[in-house]
Amino acid sequence: MRIKRGWFKYSGIFSLIISFILIVFIAFSQQNATSGKSAKEENAQKLKENRDINDKCLKCHSQSKYKMHNPNTDKDVFKKMPSDRVINIDMFYNSNHRNFKCTDCHSEDFSKFPHAADLLFEEQNKCMDCHGDDPKYKKYNFEGIQKEFDESVHATRLADQATCWMCHNPHYYKTTAGATQDISAIVRYDNQVCLSCHMNKDRFGLLTDKTKPNIIEKHDWLPNQELHFRSFRCVECHTKVNDSLVVSHNILDKTKALKNCKECHTKNSYLITSLYKYQILENRKRYGFFNPVLLNDLYVIGANRNYYFNIASISLLILVVGGISIHTALRFIIKRKND
Amino acid sequence: MINHMTDRIYLYPVIIRIWHILNALFILALIITGANMYATGSGYEFMNFKISVKIHDVFGILLTANYALFIIANFKTGNIRHYLYKSKGFIQQMIRQFLYYTIGIFKNANHPFPVTVERKFNPLQQFSYVIIMFLIVPFLILTGWAYLFPTILFDKILGMTGIRANDVIHVLSGYLCTLFLFIHLYFCTIGDTFTSNFISMITGWHKVH
Repeated sequence: MRIKRGWFKYSGIFSLIISFILIVFIAFSQQNATSGKSAKEENAQKLKENRDINDKCLKCHSQSKYKMHNPNTDKDVFKKMPSDRVINIDMFYNSNHRNFKCTDCHSEDFSKFPHAADLLFEEQNKCMDCHGDDPKYKKYNFEGIQKEFDESVHATRLADQATCWMCHNPHYYKTTAGATQDISAIVRYDNQVCLSCHMNKDRFGLLTDKTKPNIIEKHDWLPNQELHFRSFRCVECHTKVNDSLVVSHNILDKTKALKNCKECHTKNSYLITSLYKYQILENRKRYGFFNPVLLNDLYVIGANRNYYFNIASISLLILVVGGISIHTALRFIIKRKND
Repeated sequence: MINHMTDRIYLYPVIIRIWHILNALFILALIITGANMYATGSGYEFMNFKISVKIHDVFGILLTANYALFIIANFKTGNIRHYLYKSKGFIQQMIRQFLYYTIGIFKNANHPFPVTVERKFNPLQQFSYVIIMFLIVPFLILTGWAYLFPTILFDKILGMTGIRANDVIHVLSGYLCTLFLFIHLYFCTIGDTFTSNFISMITGWHKVH
């Protein structure tokens, strides 16, 4: 009774403390929500403003031809826009850099038209100029990506031609790995990056004198090729996994690519550390699963053995064999007795 | 066909015996290679993964051909009648057979359903053979073929990927076949002698009393 009374005595103080904690917690969450909302609104506002500014550039740079005035003849003439200078507006405004003004990366002098000829020699920005050493991008570990890329077969073989932009078009690039739970969307998007050169003779030829290999024939050894191509990214087998990166960037020489079925079709599947890494971490956060590969969307034959199913099946097998043994023993004992 | 001189009946036609021995060999190869694939990375594998996949594929195809032989042979020889049973009173018959195996056999009781030309299988055999040969094996074969052409599978079925659904059915059917094999082999030892049923399946003749 004494304990109960003591508890009752202090219950008012406890309630006050708990209420205070709750109020502080709610206030902070409200503040975060408000700041999150304002950041979103801020981005939308920025996008709107920049779109208006960009429209001046994209008026020509989204078309296959543009109009300019010839002062000598005093007539408007149409010129063909080089295809690599044409921007797909929808793709740009769906990309990671959609909030940018053209002149955030390109010279302000491009605002004047006709553009000055020396702008052709404008030095292009590098990804690391913005993304390097910035705490905002710490979680992406751009420095780690750069280091891996420098060791990759692309960087070592193609020297100066090898840049981030070779695979990640700054106008269109959109993060998928680590940004969505839809594995097939990640696979489709990321494979398209590789195939844009490796399945395109012209683009491949721009980078190397080598004859473009036939991807389908080169992967003849792979059973159910179509399913593998549809379900997994090229980088799954063609990179060296790095735990500190969402996507490994050390593209290996083809002789070092994974070619052993067991690497993936096993309990400790290699895919857990590559394609499924992000999903597994997310699901672990969300559901507390320690074996989230059991989730239905991520299914690899051989990698999804269920612990409880194994226990149940082995137990049943033991029961059957045990039952047979007991039955056999009884038959022999009774037969001997009868004899 | 009955041989009255030796009290033997001709129970297993050649074509059924050929099917049976091939089926045994194929199923055995499939269980061994299937178990090896299932055990990949567990430390209990005993064969190269790639080789076991190849062997499994080949024997899976052979098993399908042999299953077609089973169906044809059964209809051609009329053996199919042994799998057909009347539902009325069948459960009671199965219980009688079950009680014989669990109690009667130890008391030297008479077999409740002795083998005759007209009744080759006892009720429990009939039931288990129908389940295994007309339900589980077809599932096993269909899902096995689906593995050979996995792109034809549904992307999603019952909330899971088509491959997973296929895998669950295939592995479960394979496991049930394995359990059946143990039980089947054991019950074959319950004959006149320990080996008499095995010999019958080779010669085709079954000794009756």
